[in-house]
Amino acid sequence: MVDVRDVHYAVDGRPIFTGLNVRVRRGLITAVMGPSGTGKTTLLRLITGQLFADSGQVLVFGRDIASLSRSEVYAERRRMGMLFQNGALLTDIDVFENVAFPVREHTDLPESVIRKLVLTKLEAVGLRGAAELMPSELSGGMARRVALARAIVMDPEVLLYDEPFAGLDPISLGVILRLIKQMNQALGITSVVVSHDVQELATIADQSYLLSGGAVVASGTPQELARSDSETVHQFMTGSEEGPVRFHYPAPDYASQLLGADEG
Amino acid sequence: MSNEARNGMVLEGLRKTGVTGMFLARLLLACVPAFARPRLIILQIYNAGARSLIIIMLSGLFTGMVLGLQGYQLLQRFGSEEALGAAAAISLLKELGPVLTALLFAGRAGTALTSEIGLMRATDQLTAMAVMAVDPMRYVAAPRFLGGLIAMPLLAAIFSIVGLFGAQLIGVQLMGVDRGVFWSQMQGALGLRDVVEGIVKSLVFGAVLSLIAVNEGYQSQPTAEGVALATTRTVVASSVLTLLLDYVLTAAFL
Repeated sequence: MVDVRDVHYAVDGRPIFTGLNVRVRRGLITAVMGPSGTGKTTLLRLITGQLFADSGQVLVFGRDIASLSRSEVYAERRRMGMLFQNGALLTDIDVFENVAFPVREHTDLPESVIRKLVLTKLEAVGLRGAAELMPSELSGGMARRVALARAIVMDPEVLLYDEPFAGLDPISLGVILRLIKQMNQALGITSVVVSHDVQELATIADQSYLLSGGAVVASGTPQELARSDSETVHQFMTGSEEGPVRFHYPAPDYASQLLGADEG
Repeated sequence: MSNEARNGMVLEGLRKTGVTGMFLARLLLACVPAFARPRLIILQIYNAGARSLIIIMLSGLFTGMVLGLQGYQLLQRFGSEEALGAAAAISLLKELGPVLTALLFAGRAGTALTSEIGLMRATDQLTAMAVMAVDPMRYVAAPRFLGGLIAMPLLAAIFSIVGLFGAQLIGVQLMGVDRGVFWSQMQGALGLRDVVEGIVKSLVFGAVLSLIAVNEGYQSQPTAEGVALATTRTVVASSVLTLLLDYVLTAAFL
């Protein structure tokens, strides 16, 4: 479905990806993990054609997204759904209209059909009763579920999740996990989940990629990753501060900087 | 200033001009399909126009009243206070109406546009639309631009009308200028050309100010500080450009 081949990408001369390879296979849940700042969100932007790789290819539905015209990119996007980290609901319209938004924009369905469609999707995320609320009245977890309903309302073939678990309470987190699994199994939607919540991902992912330093450092099923003897993988899976991935942002020597401050 | 710093500033200036130019081109292209959703444009005329009515009418009234007082004082020295109607009408329709409306518009509607779009960017709403294959240029930017463009001349007209009422209130009711003379002098002095000048000015202000407000919101950094800065820039750029363009347009109409 999505095939990222040897992608290089840099922002202002700072390399984000140096030879990234990720394959998303149809009908599976693919997890992309990695520490913050490794370009996980950038990867989603490359897949949706918001950004283009400096070199290498991003194939979506078998076509190189960089070779498509603007209207072709928009046509491809209709086959995808994306769940944003904070939901990204439109704040000036209510929950019902938010979910109805893509339908109204892309189809000429009669109001009665739109109503049924939207209520079905809201029911699927357990928020049919919240249809009349405004986005500002929702909790973080609810907003994300509404955004999920909106993402699936056009029946996409691929769903992209950007940090779906960040900042959720345990109950909301469990609900979102179950929903991702459900979307995948019941509707057969291919899913790409970008996150740093390793434990949660391990329970649902069919295939995982661990990003670090601009490329994939490990891939396989979550069980395979857990058994890996690579130090980077081990550090990330266990959440240790010590290891190849540095906790400290690069800085001059601590002692000499503190001592130097007195002299200056 | 070193050569390099100066070159950097020139380059940055050129880059910004280019970005704004590209934005304008995309915006104008998006305006055509935006007419397919008249509901959105009407909503924005309501937001930029109807919601500015009270401030516009109040300002118009007081501007007219001041014109009535000052004009009367000045004209009385030359014994020609009956020309008050003509003087007030010409200054309101050609200058004060379009310019003051534009300045008020920048503060009331321009800032609202910039901060709204800036916050939509900061909360990923624009990105979300683009990913849902809805062009935010077409859905967000173009209706707001058109709404401002259409609302401005209407607001300027209302400003001038209320202003004339204010001038009349002071000149005729308070200072005792003859009512018939006041209105007939106005009718005689005012030509179609003066009205056209006012309309052209407020159309130009409407286009430029809406473009600035929408562009600043669109280009703002997606942070609280970025949106605040963009809003400030909208007011500053709008005010300065309004006065500058007013001079250019006045000269052009001579």
